[in-house]
Amino acid sequence: MPTVTVRIPTPLRGFTAEADEVTVDAADVGGAIHVLNAAHPGIAARILTPEGELRPYVNLFVGTHNVRDLDGLASALREGDVIAIIPAVAGGAR
Amino acid sequence: MKAKDRLLAELRASVPQVAPADAVAMQARGVPLVDVRDPEEVSQGSPVGAHRVGRGRLELRIEEIAPDTAAPLLVMCDSGTCSLFATEDLRRLGYSDVRSVTGGFTRWKNEGLPVEVPRGLDRDYRERYSRHLLMPEVGDAGQQRLLDSSVLIVGAGGLGSPAAMYLAAAGVGRLALVDHDVVDRSNLQRQILHTDARVGTPKIESARATLKALNPNVDVVGIGERLTRGNVERLFAGYDVIVDGTDNFPSRYLINDACVRLGLPNVHGAVYRFEGQVSVFWPAGGSGPCYRCLFPEPPPPEMAPSCAEAGVMGVLPGVIGLLQAVETVKILLGLGELLVGRMLYYDALRARFSELRVPRNPACRYCAEGAEFPGYVDYERFCAGAS
Repeated sequence: MPTVTVRIPTPLRGFTAEADEVTVDAADVGGAIHVLNAAHPGIAARILTPEGELRPYVNLFVGTHNVRDLDGLASALREGDVIAIIPAVAGGAR
Repeated sequence: MKAKDRLLAELRASVPQVAPADAVAMQARGVPLVDVRDPEEVSQGSPVGAHRVGRGRLELRIEEIAPDTAAPLLVMCDSGTCSLFATEDLRRLGYSDVRSVTGGFTRWKNEGLPVEVPRGLDRDYRERYSRHLLMPEVGDAGQQRLLDSSVLIVGAGGLGSPAAMYLAAAGVGRLALVDHDVVDRSNLQRQILHTDARVGTPKIESARATLKALNPNVDVVGIGERLTRGNVERLFAGYDVIVDGTDNFPSRYLINDACVRLGLPNVHGAVYRFEGQVSVFWPAGGSGPCYRCLFPEPPPPEMAPSCAEAGVMGVLPGVIGLLQAVETVKILLGLGELLVGRMLYYDALRARFSELRVPRNPACRYCAEGAEFPGYVDYERFCAGAS
């Protein structure tokens, strides 16, 4: 199974003991979130709805591509891929 | 006889000379008139529609003005003497029908022919923007374009501060800031428009003082109103670019929707602790997406703490706000490849920029091809009720 890196955005680092990257073995993006959640319980609920869909205010990118433009959570992973979790951010530091 | 006088006598005999009134008629038929006087002289007035190129740069610039070396060309100086020398230079370049305006600008003015004071050619302009004027990508035409442009920045805070300062420095003609807040000491860690002495004063007043001190030529418009769906179109009307430097989702969605509706580029920046996002949302400018294509809904408030709650490294909005300013200048000048359809994600701790592709969502309710504008919503409710 490919080993991939998941980049954790700051708002979700509370789940990963402040780690900004986590390495997981998974065949597809949904699998990677599942493995991530097994190691860091609770994080998946911030990314997926209770029905298991991607939340509308979170985007997952594999490399430069949004998984919504690929095969969603079924998007296949290759060895060394980088998954970036990109949340909507409000801050303008006002 | 001095060498100079000998040459002048030769030139007078060989160069066709045109009276100013005839030159006006030729100009009307499309013959270019080149005013070769020094910028100091030109700044006091120059014939309407003349091309102003000092003799020192004449050979470098003339082909942009008159690409056809066989077509007639008029040259003017102050009195009609220097233009004879300039004519000689142009002939050497291959121009075969160069004519000198008799009596130069002095006679032109005395005969009451049309004169204009070229904007921005004064000493302040040439010194202030000299590094822009030197670049072929900007030059005089680009700088005039900046002076003619207008940018509205929502938020005179962490992102708006650096963006506004550099846009003012660059010579953007009209710079509006929308902010209804007052300066707080906790702002000063990053909001470099403001000063300790101005704590407690309205941010737009503080911003105006800083921007005017930097570049007095910029028309700084302070709008001390909260942006609402009721005033957004009135406030955005007439601006070329909107810079989103806000700190909350209701404003971000409102800015997005108004920009989609008005066809304006929305230069987006957002920061959180050590991370920042920058993109240009501009569906009307091509095939790019809007903010809703990427984030159709905002996160629920408990999942998106603001910087006031979560903190931010003070330098970070500086980086992101400046990237917004860069994109803004590129839009105004029509330069380069915009961050349309792409987002830059900056991780300050890793010192890493990632580029993410952000295509338009073909099903976007706001910007999809042929979509009818669905109207503004109650943004506070929309953002409070998101799940």
